[in-house]
Amino acid sequence: MNPALNLWLIPVLPLAGAAINGFLGKRSSRQAVTTVALVFSGTAFAMALWVAMRFSSISLPYQEFFAHWIRSGSFSVDFAFYLDQLSLVMLLVVTGVGFLIHVYSVGYMWDDPSYYRFFSYLNLFMFFMLTLILAGNYLQMFIGWEGVGLASYLLIGFWFTKDSAASAGKKAFIVNRIGDFGFMIALFLLIKHFGSLNFDQVFGAVTPLPTEAAGAGILTAIGILLMVGACGKSAQIPLYIWLPDAMEGPTPVSALIHAATMVTAGVYMVSRSHLIFERAPTALTVVAIIGTLTAFFAATIGITQTDIKKVLAYSTVSQLGYMFMACGAGAFSAGIFHLMTHAFFKGLLFLAAGSVIHAVGGGQDMRKMGGLKSFIPWTFLTMGIATLAIAGIPPLAGFWSKDEILWKAYQASPVYWAVGVVTAFITSFYMFRLLYMTFFGDYRGAGVDAHSQGSQAHDADAHDVHGHGLPHESPMVMLVPLMILALLSLVGGLVGIGNRFEQFLAPVFGTGQGATEAVEGAGHSTELLLMGVSVSVALLGWWLAYLLYYKRPELPQKIADSLGGFYQTVVHKYYVDEIYAAVFVKPLIDGSTRILWQGVDRNIIDAAVNDAGDGARHVSDEVRHMQSGNIRSYAGWIAAGSAAVIGFMIWMWVKG
Amino acid sequence: MVPLSYYLLLSGFLFACGVAGFLIKRNIITIFMSIELMLNGVNLSFVAFAAHWHALAGQVFVFFVMVVAAAETAVGLAIIIAVYRTRETLNVDQVNLLKL
Repeated sequence: MNPALNLWLIPVLPLAGAAINGFLGKRSSRQAVTTVALVFSGTAFAMALWVAMRFSSISLPYQEFFAHWIRSGSFSVDFAFYLDQLSLVMLLVVTGVGFLIHVYSVGYMWDDPSYYRFFSYLNLFMFFMLTLILAGNYLQMFIGWEGVGLASYLLIGFWFTKDSAASAGKKAFIVNRIGDFGFMIALFLLIKHFGSLNFDQVFGAVTPLPTEAAGAGILTAIGILLMVGACGKSAQIPLYIWLPDAMEGPTPVSALIHAATMVTAGVYMVSRSHLIFERAPTALTVVAIIGTLTAFFAATIGITQTDIKKVLAYSTVSQLGYMFMACGAGAFSAGIFHLMTHAFFKGLLFLAAGSVIHAVGGGQDMRKMGGLKSFIPWTFLTMGIATLAIAGIPPLAGFWSKDEILWKAYQASPVYWAVGVVTAFITSFYMFRLLYMTFFGDYRGAGVDAHSQGSQAHDADAHDVHGHGLPHESPMVMLVPLMILALLSLVGGLVGIGNRFEQFLAPVFGTGQGATEAVEGAGHSTELLLMGVSVSVALLGWWLAYLLYYKRPELPQKIADSLGGFYQTVVHKYYVDEIYAAVFVKPLIDGSTRILWQGVDRNIIDAAVNDAGDGARHVSDEVRHMQSGNIRSYAGWIAAGSAAVIGFMIWMWVKG
Repeated sequence: MVPLSYYLLLSGFLFACGVAGFLIKRNIITIFMSIELMLNGVNLSFVAFAAHWHALAGQVFVFFVMVVAAAETAVGLAIIIAVYRTRETLNVDQVNLLKL
């Protein structure tokens, strides 16, 4: 018998915080808002830790019934919570990183006039994300899925008076709808074929099914449709375009939602459905190809970006690609491992970038930074650690998880591995490029003038209030989360040594584990060799960035010029936005305007209503003359009517 | 014995005369008399049928019609006097305040 864990409290606590701040925050002081936001998200984190500590005494998967929801014939969906090793990892990541980012936001958003609104949204996001993670069935997961989309929309468009922020929010929301469409159809197929959406029932029904041969099959269809959903939420090709634009939101939002937690929901969902994917090799191949392509493609765009947050955004897309590559190779635990370490170092990178932006007074253009390491040493230190971690330098977190993925990808197909290694090289290069451009060389922002220019561009609202002199270090409330995350980025990967992380998740991803172990035993020298290759490409990327952006900073421009058209293509992100606009958006707008609006709506629907009205008025205009006030004409009508009735009766009599 | 159809033809003729007078004449008094003519045309058909079927109900009904007509005449003449006092005319075409 399991002890009662009261898992429902974990998501509900942040919801309570969101409600209190949302309804009362406007009239409360900043201190009160801060207290509410931190206490509720902190308590959720404490509860997650408490659950983790009691974990060994619980028989898994732990299921908790909360309330009935839908009962229709034999089909039923409840509000229920589901806890296993996978959800526990996600739970700790989301509440832990989430709480740290809450703390950081106190410093970052302090001067914002909508301080309370920000924390209300942030807590709301935590609620939906925890609902997604702890859901006991696909439908409840879908609520969380849509809810985080909503919170993401609200927070991207947080500074909604800025046109670009408002449209970036809409873009994120609409692009996600395309993915959700796939997700929903997958849910309908699940209901149709398995009669349930509850995890235990679906997985119980799927387990005895044989692996589907190449080509079509119901599990393949479900898998691919789930992947469509994951592509939207986790910003994979072809639906990744919203994530870079999402950087319009405040930086803590980018760190929490668009790097550490929400965008990994797709990876979580695919891993959660691993039983379905394992029986549908075609779907797995699709996942792997999408992941690999995205990883490479986004990394190349990352090289050319000059906006510090955009670089990180493309880096996030690329790292998510790695996770899907792992899932596609059947190594779900490696994907989740990378998800966790990525949450640490990418969350840290964004927070540090926020600290940089804070330091220079709102500018995000790296060309106007440089030489910041003497101004903001703590930010530099933590960001340096994160960069080392993401580049895959041992023994930091990113090394362990990325190496695990590459090794598993190599077992699946050397092609994935090769692309993965090239991507690792590019990753290392653009991350050190970012580091050198931002922190080394001479400061290129010219004091106060440059700042006012910068603040017009981005993050303006938070920083306009006080004038800016030279770059200055952020307050402790921002630095402490940075340091904790830096510590996690340093040591977070060590849990993966000796496959301990994989073994922890083995009860969830059980099948296929034995086979992997066997191969691993046989190919130990191969693994070491691959590890050597990935570390050396990381160092190579570092060296190249050092050469181009530190030793000879004039070189990049020359190289860019010599590449000409290709460079321009990459700078413009392969014109994907423009292609989508031309292929999908413009025809849709034209079709809606010409055919649906001016054609159907105006000429048919509006016209029908207007003609009916006009017709009634014309008839009435004629008929009203009958009311002349002339008694004899009334009498005439009566006589005529009577004559007509009598005539009719006679006619009927004659006929019948 | 006069056949029933004769009575009915006469009754119809009287009624038609009443209708025609009502429609053609402009003087309220004449119109009023036309109404009485219509009523009496109907009364004639009632008594004719009563005699034909040897049923008293028709004759009783005629008495009712006469009583109602007398009452109507009393009220109607009073209205006509009132109209004449305010409008100083008995021409119905000039009494058309109810028109749109």
